[in-house]
Amino acid sequence: MKSRAVDTVVLVAGLLLAWQLLSLAVGANIVSPPGTTILRAVALLQTRSFWGHAADTGIAFGLACAIAIAGGILVGLWLGLRRIAGEVADPILGTFYSIPKITLYPIILLVFGLSLSAKVAFGVIHGIFPITIFTMNALRNVAPVYRRTARMLRLSSVSTVSTILVPAALPEIFTGIRIGLAVTLLGTLIAELFASTSGIGFALLRATDIHDVVDILALTMLLFAFAAIVNALLHLVERRLQHHG
Amino acid sequence: MAETKPHISLREVTKVFPAVGNQPEVHALGPIDLDIARGEFFSVVGPSGCGKSTFLDLLAGLSSATQGSAAFNGTPLQGVVPDGVGAVFQQDASFAWLTVWDNVAFGLRRRGLSKSEIQRRVDHAVTFMGLAGFADAYPAQLSGGMRQRVCIARTLVLEPELLLLDEPFGSLDQQTRLLMGDELLRIWRETRATVVLITHSLDEAAMLSDRIGVMSARPGRFIEVVETGWPRDRDSRIVSDERFGAVTARLWTHLREESLRALGHTQIPS
Repeated sequence: MKSRAVDTVVLVAGLLLAWQLLSLAVGANIVSPPGTTILRAVALLQTRSFWGHAADTGIAFGLACAIAIAGGILVGLWLGLRRIAGEVADPILGTFYSIPKITLYPIILLVFGLSLSAKVAFGVIHGIFPITIFTMNALRNVAPVYRRTARMLRLSSVSTVSTILVPAALPEIFTGIRIGLAVTLLGTLIAELFASTSGIGFALLRATDIHDVVDILALTMLLFAFAAIVNALLHLVERRLQHHG
Repeated sequence: MAETKPHISLREVTKVFPAVGNQPEVHALGPIDLDIARGEFFSVVGPSGCGKSTFLDLLAGLSSATQGSAAFNGTPLQGVVPDGVGAVFQQDASFAWLTVWDNVAFGLRRRGLSKSEIQRRVDHAVTFMGLAGFADAYPAQLSGGMRQRVCIARTLVLEPELLLLDEPFGSLDQQTRLLMGDELLRIWRETRATVVLITHSLDEAAMLSDRIGVMSARPGRFIEVVETGWPRDRDSRIVSDERFGAVTARLWTHLREESLRALGHTQIPS
């Protein structure tokens, strides 16, 4: 545990050093140095407009996560339990997962307009595929002997799913959720960057328009920190769910 | 009258798996005619792939016979697991997300028993199977043999009248197998259950059973049923009895030919 903390400190220090060197090499007007940027980030955290944007992004991200998790798990459970449906859906899901979803954004804008719904929808189409695929595979990978055991215990199909199949598949399902949420954040921010009227992504785009380098990097850094914290928390939960090896 | 009725009764039972895609149909089992008495310890030995596990699935009610009739307690077995049948499989089926204690309690909790009754039965089974110090451990922290004992305990607490065992000690070393065999004989005596054991070990079959069915290469049929005549209070020390050698020799005589056939030999060298 101690060495992990040391590793983290060394890594952060190394990144800050690399950042400083990069800034010196290309000039502060292109990459602002870490000191200035961190101060700006702290200043941003004290403005009302930043928190307004953060709240908009947060609401969109939160809604997108909820829909992606609920939808992904439901569809994944269904496909994982119905072997034939799963076999048909598998390659289709794989294709959807791998296409660059940015090509779908014009369609989403046509459907939803410049709204919160567009951001949420774009977040969802990023997150729902990995969650569905992981859930489906997690259920398929449950050892056949568990199903036989459930039958020997004369469990109903609902009990079999809720007391044996889902608990057995849970660690793998959660890995899907962790990966899914990371790309949901990505989707939400891309939506904001391309066309929106509020949110951190929008603030970032506006800073780019007026070429406020310090703002751009400060916002990027805050986003980075947020993503890292979310991921670390999910990792923590995931480790707790591992089967106590 | 009821005592003389067989616990399990099979009449001209066959099992054929239908063709799937370009795989032809497989005649896995039978015809089999067999009665197993209540409280009997019956073992099945046979060459690999002869249909031993298919046979067990039929008795468990996990699959149904293609032809013929199979009955448990006089009621036909038709692909539904009847009450009072427990099975322990070859593969580890302990629930990784539950502690040893909760694993053993799993089936009982779904039977609407009182908390104190569950507590009593689980504590007893956990101690009985030598897992007392590991009640709060998770399966991943245990050895393969201990996990198998968890599965046996989970089945035993339900007090089955028919206990089906599919090579439950397959992954254990020889010494542990002998001791587990003693444990199994003790369980069999104390619970008065009927036991059907699938094994590839002739010694194990000879040491534990009242009768041993020798199965042919596929389609699996019983080519011989060997009676051991052991007393009910036997244990693993029976392996040093001179009659033990005679039983295993008799099993091997039948099995050698079938094993060669299963390997694809048509000419039987003598």
